[in-house]
Order: sequence, then structure tokens, then C-alpha cells
Amino acid sequence: MSQLHFNDITYQCAEHETVLDALTRQGVSIPSSCRNGVCQTCMMQSVDANVPSAAQNGLKPTLQAQNYFLACVCHPTEDMTVSLPDNTDRLLSATVTAVRQLNDEIKCVGLDCPSLESYHAGQFINLYQDSECARSYSLASVPTDGYLRLHVRRLPDGRVSNWIHDELKIGDSVQISIPVGSCFYLPDVPQQPLLLIGTGSGLAPLIGIARDALNQQHTGDIYLYHGSHDVAGLYLVDELREMAEHYSNFHYLPCVSGDDVTEQYQAGRAVDVALTAHPDLTGWRVFLCGNPNMVKTARKKAYLAKAAMNDIYADAFLVAGAK
Amino acid sequence: MSANLYEKIGGEAAVNAAVDVFYRRVLGDDRISDFFDDVDMERQAAKQKAFLTMAFGGPVHYTGADMRKGHAHLVARGLNDSHFDAVVENLVASLQELNVPAELIAEVGAVCESTRNDVLGK
Repeated sequence: MSQLHFNDITYQCAEHETVLDALTRQGVSIPSSCRNGVCQTCMMQSVDANVPSAAQNGLKPTLQAQNYFLACVCHPTEDMTVSLPDNTDRLLSATVTAVRQLNDEIKCVGLDCPSLESYHAGQFINLYQDSECARSYSLASVPTDGYLRLHVRRLPDGRVSNWIHDELKIGDSVQISIPVGSCFYLPDVPQQPLLLIGTGSGLAPLIGIARDALNQQHTGDIYLYHGSHDVAGLYLVDELREMAEHYSNFHYLPCVSGDDVTEQYQAGRAVDVALTAHPDLTGWRVFLCGNPNMVKTARKKAYLAKAAMNDIYADAFLVAGAK
Repeated sequence: MSANLYEKIGGEAAVNAAVDVFYRRVLGDDRISDFFDDVDMERQAAKQKAFLTMAFGGPVHYTGADMRKGHAHLVARGLNDSHFDAVVENLVASLQELNVPAELIAEVGAVCESTRNDVLGK
């Protein structure tokens, strides 16, 4: 008999009972479907890492690394504290340390968050304008930077993004959630080629992921394709070109799909340029961030180009509905 | 019969080998790809894995009610016998590609057929 702690309540898990059975028997509603550890509908996260490895079978490595497990096949061997995936209830205080314009519509915001213990480059936080209203932003920094960095694109009717662009200033105090998400680098296959494709501020997590991989001595080639309709929509071009000069296995390819493309850039949409250059993605790891339609198209194309499903990491930047 | 089928076909390893071949085929088939072209492709692939485990006679047991409930939104979008046939056709082609013996493919086909009315809400 072990105990399950879920949302500050303790539940008994009988001998031979799964986490899913124990919680549902005691009236907790957990989404589930196949109940055999295949469909991943009942995925949960363990806070204290006491996860039997059989309950992680088939999950993506980045999910395993964060102690995600399948409740329907999890027989606890000791007491567990569990939550539903991407629980962002825990809030932290942060101070704005930098605000910098990256291009006409994107600002870089630096945050100092002393109480944050660890995170993975490429994860995202929720930034709170007030206690009610928050938006998700990906982290462009790496843990060794010592501060968090976000790229915030101003949306035409974006309540939070306009507040960040027009009012947020150095020294301001803000609330953020702990970083979550599973689109990040793991150093398990250092020679594996990496393909990174992003549009707009989708560049933010990709810069973090590329720097993180290089910091962890990744030896395989890393290709970063950043796409924009026009040249003005690209940013950090010089910094990334310098980074490509410094690391021989890092390749930066800015792509412009509109008419103002010049020979300094790849002509076409980032997804098309990348998949034309790399038509067979067998054995590759792929990271896709930015516009949801681009991410959806790119995921399908990467999969059809024979990237394995568990090697495709994606972060679609959904736009919040107007409130 | 079905427990035997799952063992004969190669169990979980066979499912893992078949799911990518099958799902790539389905996504590339214009007759049915719209039904499988989920925003959450990963969730969709996991569902295909559950489906193959069931079709191979493995330890995933959806009831008729589960199948009806799970496909009702697709039936509302026009899912019909021709689409069902196309899915089975892709599954058979995938198993042929993986050199699964014909008599086992026939058994898999029979398991699929047994779900037709529930899937199509008949």
C-alpha cells in the first residue's frame, strides 16, 4: 500500500492498483482511454521522481526526463506526489533586468528570477500582467546565462504583448510560472544531426536549444532555419552569423519568402528550404517553433521525410483569444 | 485466437515497427488523410499505436461503445465505408511491406472488420 499526493490531497493506492485506478476509484477525474499504456491520454507527472520505469515506456525522452509517466500502467513502489502535465500553478517572482528592441515588432525582455532552481533551454513560462491575465513566452536563454530572456512579439490586439512593449521597464517586478514544456535538447545522442525550423519569435526557443546543445558538446551538425516574409522580420542575424563562424557544426540559414529577398538569404519559406536541403531525415532530431500552421505543416513533412515521431519536438505559438 | 495472433505477429515490437509505416501511409493518402491530420500529431500517432495493438489482438480492449464514442465526431464529418476500407487497405499494405505472412494479415483484417459498425456508428 502506498500513498498518492495529488492537488494537496492524499489518496491510498492499494496493492496491485495503478495510479489511474486508485485516483478514479476515489473520485478524481483523470483523462484516460486505452488503459494499457499505449495511447498516452492519462499522462501525469511525478514531482518526487519515484516513477517505475515501466510506466514511462514509449514516452519521449524529454518527457521521461521530467518524470512524466502513464497513470494506467503505473504501480507505485513507494509514495508519490503527482500532478497533471504542464502544471504551471507554482508562481515565482522575477525582476525585469533588460528590455531591448530586436526588430520592429519583437522586444527582448531579460528577467532575473533568483528562486528558479533549474530549467531546460527551449521551455516556456507564463508571464502574468496581473493575477488574472497571463501569456506564454518561450525562453531564449540557457541555464548558465543566470537570467531569463524572452522574445515578445507585439500582436495587433495583444493585451499582454502591448503592455510589455509599451509599459514594462527595467526594475519592474512580475510574476511568472515555473518553466514547462518538453521541446528541449537532451545530450543522449551527441552525434545526431539536428534540424531547427522557426518563424517569427519562434527563433527564441531555437536559439536556446542550439546554444544548449553546443554548450553540452553536441558534435553533430545543427541547422537553424529562421523564416520570415520579409527581411525586416528577421532579427539577431549578425549574432547568429557570428555564432556560425565560431562553431563549425552550427549552420544558420535565414529564409525570406517575400519579394525583397537578396542573395544573403535563402529564398522561400523556411520549411520548404529546409526540407529541400534535407529530404531524408532518417536519424535526425527536429525542433519546430512558431506559427501554429507552420509547425503543423513542418511536423507532417518532417515525419513523412522519415524523422521518427519521438525525434520531432514542436512548440506551436498559439495566439490567445481576445478577452 | 487473438492472444495467439499478437504473439505470432511479434507483439509490442511489431506494433512499434508497423505504426510509423502505417501512419505515414495514411497521412499520404488523400482519401483519408484529413481524418488523421490532427493538430496534435503525437497524440494521433499514439492513438494509431493503440489501434494497431488492438488490431493485432494485443492487450488493448476498446468496447463497442468506446469505438462509437471515439469516432462519432468523424462520422459527423462524413466518415463512411469507403474511408474505413481505405484505412484497412493501408494497414494491409503496411503489413505486406513488413513481410507479415498473409494468413496473419487476414486475421488482422478480420479484427478490423469486427469494429466496422461501431466505428461508423451504424
